This record gives sequence, C-alpha cells and structure tokens, in this order.
Amino acid sequence: MPMIPYLVTYAGVAVFVVAVLARIRMFSKMPMHLRWELYPVPHEKERAQHGGSYLEEPEWWKKPRHVSKSAEMTAMGREIVFLEALHEHNRKMWWRSFPFHFGLYLTFTATVLMALGAALAHFAGGSWSAVAGAWQILIALVAAIGAGLVFLGALGLLQRRLTDPDLADFTTAADVGNLLFFIVTFGFALVTFVAFDPRFVLASEFVHNLLAGHLVPVASGAAGAMVAVTACLLATLTAYIPLTHMAHFVAKYFAYHSVRWNDEPNLPGGPREKLILANLTQKVSWAAPHIQGGGEKSWVDLATEDFSQYGEHK
Amino acid sequence: MRASPSIHDLGRGSGPVGHLKLADQEPLPPPYDQPGWIPPFKPLTEKEQEKFVCVDDTIVVNIPKPQTKEEEDRLVQTFLGGMRKLFSGADNWTFLQPLVISMEHCARCQTCSEACHVYTESGRNPLYRPTYRSEVFRRLYFKHVKGSTFGRGDIELSWEGIARLIELSYRCNLCRRCGQSCPLGVDNGMIAREIRKVASQELGISTRELHGDGSMLQQRTGSSTGMNAIVVKDNLDFIDEDISEKTGLSLKTPWDKEGADVLVMHNAGEILAWPENPGAFGLLLEAAGISWTLSSELAAYDSINYGAFYDDVQLARTLIRHMQAAKKLKVKKIVVGECGHAHKVLGVIADRILTGDLNIPRESALTLMADIVKSGRIKLDPSRNDFPVTLHDPCNITRLMGIVEPQREVVRAVVPQERFREMEPHGVHNYCCGGGSGFAIMQGHNFPDWRFQVSGRRKMRQILTAFQGLPMDKDHPKYVCAPCSNCKGQIRDMLKYYDAWERAGIGYGGLVELVVNAMVDVKPGFIDWEWH
Ligand code: SF4
Ligand code: SF4
Repeated sequence: MPMIPYLVTYAGVAVFVVAVLARIRMFSKMPMHLRWELYPVPHEKERAQHGGSYLEEPEWWKKPRHVSKSAEMTAMGREIVFLEALHEHNRKMWWRSFPFHFGLYLTFTATVLMALGAALAHFAGGSWSAVAGAWQILIALVAAIGAGLVFLGALGLLQRRLTDPDLADFTTAADVGNLLFFIVTFGFALVTFVAFDPRFVLASEFVHNLLAGHLVPVASGAAGAMVAVTACLLATLTAYIPLTHMAHFVAKYFAYHSVRWNDEPNLPGGPREKLILANLTQKVSWAAPHIQGGGEKSWVDLATEDFSQYGEHK
Repeated sequence: MRASPSIHDLGRGSGPVGHLKLADQEPLPPPYDQPGWIPPFKPLTEKEQEKFVCVDDTIVVNIPKPQTKEEEDRLVQTFLGGMRKLFSGADNWTFLQPLVISMEHCARCQTCSEACHVYTESGRNPLYRPTYRSEVFRRLYFKHVKGSTFGRGDIELSWEGIARLIELSYRCNLCRRCGQSCPLGVDNGMIAREIRKVASQELGISTRELHGDGSMLQQRTGSSTGMNAIVVKDNLDFIDEDISEKTGLSLKTPWDKEGADVLVMHNAGEILAWPENPGAFGLLLEAAGISWTLSSELAAYDSINYGAFYDDVQLARTLIRHMQAAKKLKVKKIVVGECGHAHKVLGVIADRILTGDLNIPRESALTLMADIVKSGRIKLDPSRNDFPVTLHDPCNITRLMGIVEPQREVVRAVVPQERFREMEPHGVHNYCCGGGSGFAIMQGHNFPDWRFQVSGRRKMRQILTAFQGLPMDKDHPKYVCAPCSNCKGQIRDMLKYYDAWERAGIGYGGLVELVVNAMVDVKPGFIDWEWH
C-alpha cells in the first residue's frame, strides 16, 4: 500500500514521456509537406518588423539569406511564457489561460527544484544544510504560487466554458471534465499544502524518495494520506495530458517551426530535392474521374499525363 | 445557450441550416450608411432550392440532390473514404502534417472567429465561424477515421450534412487570417481547402468555374479564359498597338524568345479584362532594358492555377506545364505578373514540388518593379498621379509570402506622398478582398449578393474608411490599387455593385498602371478613368 503513490507516479511520468515521444515521432515521420508559411515570420530579422520575407529581395536566390535564430527563439519564448497570440487576439481568455499555463510552468519548476535539492543534499552533504532552508522557502513559494495560479486559471477557464455562448456549441463533456480534473487535483494540492505541508517538506521528501527508490510513506495519518492522494492525482493528470488535445505543446512546436515559419528555400541540388522525389513517386489512390489514381499512378504520372486521358466531373 | 445554427444542425433535417440576418450587420461608413444604398439581397428561388443542396442563402457548388437511397449512401461512403485518404502520406503528403496538427489540437477557444471578415461582417452568424466547418470535419475525423469520439464530441452523419459541408467549404476565402490569430497554429482556411479537396479529388465535386471552366479548360486550351495560343497572340498584338498609340512609346511583345532573361507570366484574365496591365508591364520592361518574353506553350501564357483553391493534382498539373515552358525557353527566371494566387503557387508552394531543371527561379513582378523604380532607370513624375490612392494587399502576396514593402516602395515613388492612404489594417494583417479562393469568378445564382454583402463587405468598409474626409463624388476620383487579378476582379465587381464610381468617385486598377502613368516619357493621361 505505501508504495502505491510512488508506483502511480512512476507510471504517470512514464506514460507522459512515452506519449510525448510518440507524438513527436508521429509528427517528425510525416512526409515533407508543401510550403505553407504564414507571415510575419520572426527569423526574417529586420524584415519581420513589417512581416516581410526574403522574397522581397530581387533575385533573392543569388543573395545570402539572413536567418535570425535568436529572433525566432525570442518569439517562441515569448509565446510559450506569455501566450502572446492569445494576449493580442483574445484578452478575455488570456486572463484565464495565462495564469493557468504559467502556474503549470511554476509547478514543474518547483518539482525540478525539489529534485535538485534532493540531489544536492545527497552530493554536497553537510555544506548543503547552510542553504537548505532558503532552498525550501524558494520551493514553497514557487510551488504555492504555481498551484494557486493553476487552480484559479482552471476555475476561470471553466467559468468561461460554461457561460460564454460563443463556446457552448463547441464544448464537449471532456472539455469540462479536463478542467475539473485540474481543479480537483490542484485543489487537493492546495489543501495539502495549507493544512499539512506549508513548507513543502513532505512533497520534497516524496520527490527525494521517488528518485532514490526509497518507497516509504513521507508521513503518517491524514498528512501522509493527503500527500499520497495528491501525488496520485498529479501523476494521473500528467499521464492524461499527452493523450488528449492538451498535447498541443508538442503540436505547437511543429505548427510553428514546420509550417508557419518554415520558409527554407529549395535551391537546385539542395537537400530537399531528395525528399520531394520521394513524395512525388508515391502512388495515388484518389478516385475522382479526372484522377483515377487506383493506387497505380504516381504523382509524377498524374502531373504529366495527357489531359485527354482525364475523365470529367459530374 | 446554444448558438443557432449549431454544429449539430449541419447533419440534421433538410434545406438551409442558417440564414443571413442583414439587420445584424454593422452599417458601412458614409456615404453607404444611407437607406437604399445597399442593393437588395435576392433570395434563392424555390426551384433552385429544390434542385441543389443548400446550406444558407446562396449556392456555389450546385450539388444535385441524390435521387435514391443508394446514391445518398454512396455520397456518404465515398466522402468518408476520401477523408481517410486525406490522412494517408501517399495520397496527401502535401498537407498531412499541417492537417493533423489542425485536426487534433484545436482548443475551441474561438479566438480565430474575430479575425475572420466573413464571420464578423455576416453579423457574426455562427455558420460562418472559421471553426464551424472545421469542428464538424474534426468530429467526423475522430469518429470515422480514428474510430473514437472519446473526449472529442459526437456528430450526426447524413448525406445532406456531407453535401452541406462541401457547400460550406466555399464560404471561406482561404485567406488564412484566422490562422494568424490562432495561438496554437491551427489553420481553418487550410481545413476548408482540404474539404474541397476530398470533394474534388474523390467525389469529383467542385465548382464549374474552378474546374470545368477553370483548370481543365486551361490544361486543354492553354488558358482558363479559353484563349488558345493564336487568340492570345492576336490579343497581345492589339494591346501592343493600343499601348503604343496611347503612350507614344512603341511596344512589340516578344513571344517565345529563347534565352531571354525573363519569362513573364500574366494571369490571362488581365489580357481580356484589363489589357492596359500587361501592356503597361511590357512597356516598363522595355523602358528598363530588360530581356523578356512571353511563352505561347500550352498554359504558359496564363499564370492561373486554380488547383490552388481546390485540388492538389490539378495544381501540380498546371504547375508542371508552366515550368516546362520556362525550361524549353531556357530563361533565367520567371516573373509572375500581378496575380496573387499565381504568386503563391509559383513562389512558395512550387518550392516543395520542383526539382532539377524544372526548379527555375521565380520572382514577383512587384519586386522587379520596385527594383526598376529604385534603380533610377526610368524617369518618374509622381505629380501625374495626383489623386488619392489606397493600396489593397492581396493575401497570397503579403500574408502568405511576406512581400509587403516592394509595392509600397513603388507607390511612394510614383504617387505624391500626401496622396497615399494606407488601409487599416494592412500588410500581412490585411483583410481579403472577399473574392479570394476563386469567389471573384463565381457569378452563379445570387452568389454575387453574398460576395459583396458578406465576404467583400470588410474590404468595402476598408476602402471607404481609407477615403473618409475626402469629397465622395465622381469629380474627385480616388484609386484603389489592387496588384492582383482576382482581387481586382472582385473590387471591380464590388464597386460596380455599390455604384461606387458614380456615387463616390472610387475607381481601381493595378500597380504597374500607376508606374506608367507617372513615366515622364509617356504621354500624360495613361490612367483613363473611363475604364471604370
Ligand atoms: S483554431 Fe485556434 S483560435 Fe480557433 S478555436 Fe481552435 S485553437 Fe482557438
Ligand atoms: S481563411 Fe479567411 S475567410 Fe476562411 S475562415 Fe479563415 S479568416 Fe475566414
């Protein structure tokens, strides 16, 4: 029994990692698609100010291309941390979504701090005790603010989901369920924190035990039970997120880097030509009269066949 | 409270699922805030509604109603089969990744709705939300392609729902402004195009204007205008004569000149509807001393590629013909004339289709024009364009290619500074003219009413706003510069619909016309307001 919260946490993290990796693998194994960028593209350096691209340059293919990776990273960073697009286009939602997401980042940071603290205590030995107190305060601050923000953000998002007529038609039971899952989980975490673990010592010990494989309860009685339930809830939530559309943190990377900002030119003899040929030689099964691919004709066959062979649309 | 129509209504009942409430629309700016200045929206006749599938108050695709239960079932099953192909790498490598991202990760936050001119100008009719058709399609995907609705929401399936979804995919301009505002990178414009693709590539359902009279006609005769090589050459001869007479400079359009530096590709619609545009472009190239040519090869004298709006196979077919012509002439580059979708296909999309000796550089006419103007090779007198000018940004050229400044550099060089008025917003944040994705050439039933009172209404609003504070009458001509054939067609028809030349003195034209009008060596008065 005492091992259950640890086992659930191991399983939760494992499912998260596997599911995220599977999603990354799925997107990266997809064939190269057509160029479909959307401006502004931030790596276009000074042109990005007006949304311009290197295509504004006469005979651009004869000139060196200036790509600012730092501008791209900055734009990505601002988007991840501040949810800039939402801030610009949907302020009402941003007031709810920003604390929710920022709270999740803080919760994750607090967990990393706990793990780091455990490792440092192990390796630094006695000298660690001098800073251990301050470290714990930092953990408590980050974790408490994080959990509070997630809780309030999720409440706000739920309130909007349930009351905004613009969203009602599109809302599914799962949308409501997902938010309730966050509210319950982080509600539990907050109660545990306020009532039993104001300095997050028990939580830190739990993380320490988890890393050390020392699967014993961190406390007895109600405190131990609350820590165990919170850990189980957090772990289950962690496993659940990447199995739903909430894995958009993975998809967003591809949406931005592979689609919206992908303006890499295909110069003659360049590396993309091989990928293009691989795509064009695939067999097509589209069945409309003007195509009749039948799984026999390749894209090259279709693009170059005599028009007199095409059938007519109805 | 559920919206009306709800996404569930699309698969229920029969007949239209939603109607426009013109009273919900925000009034246009003066002088179009006066009663009686907006033409009435003609209702569909009962006969039209009986014959074709309807989703709202107009019809574009003309999908005949199935006559038997078997036909109904076939429609549903073929559509679902096509949907499955959409998620296969072999059949849809062209868009698989962006499509799956958009299918699986929408948070249904509706942020994109406010960015869409069709939705907002319709008086916020839920049917026209960027997410309406996407969400129906998404639910069908989870239910019938992935096989589970868990956590995704259910949706009813009926033949009429499928047919309405296809019709509804033609209520989007594919301008992708909604995609720009989506915090997750979901692209509802692309989803609308994917729905059109299933219809065309699997069911053989598309619009007559884009397919039979569009891409098919182009591949058969050489141009979607129906002009073969002999006719187009005749027309250009006539244009040469006319332009030479009008400008006092001699022009002889070169054809099939092997080894020329530049192969120019115009939208052939220009040749018929706005001959002054290709004429002016030829004149400018000659004056700048550029070695150039047109090609009389099949499809190569028409840069149109309607596949961009509905069908990847048709897109590839036309593209290959364009590139083969360039290869045959051994030109150094292709310059795409003032046509937005041709820009996007040749400039961007083609970049993941062309290899080897077909991968010939392509460049925008706007970039070349800016280069010529900045080089000082042409003497220009901006005072010849002494009238208010506003600039429309074609979505395909700006938002989807990032070509924003060259056209402004040209305008700044040929129009007195105080005469140029930007629309708001502009550049990559512009609004579509309302004719995007092929609407500009669609005239069936009462679709023009929808095109000008819904999809084009935001552009009309922007044009009127840009000219506010000026006398709104015919004695004070004002110029809407639209460097794209499709946009120009939409703006021409829309200004006519609103009688904007007679009532407010608003005319329109391309960019190169402004340049030639400002050329010191040209007889004054190249821009002829009578065109309008
Ligand atoms: S497409 Fe983007 S902006 Fe629109 S509802 Fe989905 S997530 Fe929100
Ligand atoms: S692509 Fe343009 S017209 Fe279509 S839904 Fe998006 S904003 Fe509206």
